[in-house]
Amino acid sequence: MTEENRKIAFICSKGTLDMAYPALVMGWAALGNGIDVTIFFTFWGLDLINKARVDHLEIAPVANTSMKMSMMGVNTGNLGIPNIMGILPGMTAFATKLMKDKMAKLDVPPVREYLQMLVDGGAKLYACKMTVDMMGLKKEDFVDGVLDIVTASDFMDMTEGAQIIFI
Amino acid sequence: MATREIAGKTVEVNEEGFMTDPNQWDKEIAVELAKEEGIPELTPAHWKIIEYCRQSAAKTGAAPTLRNITVGAGVSTKDLFALFPKGPAKKVARIAGLGKPEGCV
Repeated sequence: MTEENRKIAFICSKGTLDMAYPALVMGWAALGNGIDVTIFFTFWGLDLINKARVDHLEIAPVANTSMKMSMMGVNTGNLGIPNIMGILPGMTAFATKLMKDKMAKLDVPPVREYLQMLVDGGAKLYACKMTVDMMGLKKEDFVDGVLDIVTASDFMDMTEGAQIIFI
Repeated sequence: MATREIAGKTVEVNEEGFMTDPNQWDKEIAVELAKEEGIPELTPAHWKIIEYCRQSAAKTGAAPTLRNITVGAGVSTKDLFALFPKGPAKKVARIAGLGKPEGCV
């Protein structure tokens, strides 16, 4: 209460479903504890705020060493999903559905809704200018709540004194 | 276990100032705790949320998370953060005489 408000900033650089959640969960917890939250979306992380992409984030079993058969309800201990199976058509969609179902069971909202909660709670969202230019995107391509498209230097200015987490 | 006096009553609190026995809580205590949290007056909108948290905790044994509150009490995230500014998760739970919310959403 007495000292200046604690600030935290996340840099989201990944666009897979599993990597969308860390900043959302921690950012929401931070807001709940009265900490200022800024999120900077760069590179594939732009998918999280891209209207056309946010509802279609996926998780691929290929080269994902943490994804085990047991997650699909097959009790096989540490046996992984063979990469050869992962390349079959539909496997990415299957893994994605599995993860979405598991999240829904825990009452974890989908990414679009989660982002809206963060915005409503006072989080400030920004898109990275260099990546936006590279991908030919515009501000209209982003979900409501994205305040601006800013440079890396702008981000440094606006996060002075903040704890920064790169995801 | 530490005790302290709030609104003329002696209650048990933990090291973070959260009450540890919800049964010792009453509305006068809530008013005093709210003042400590920087909320000078509890309006009907505040009470609706506090009452929801009390009922939810009575059922589950733990303070509800923010998402539980918005969904369960039918209050928007914006309103919740406006009513209990700067950290509603802890503030609501503390004013309602509950422990810190358990759960991440």
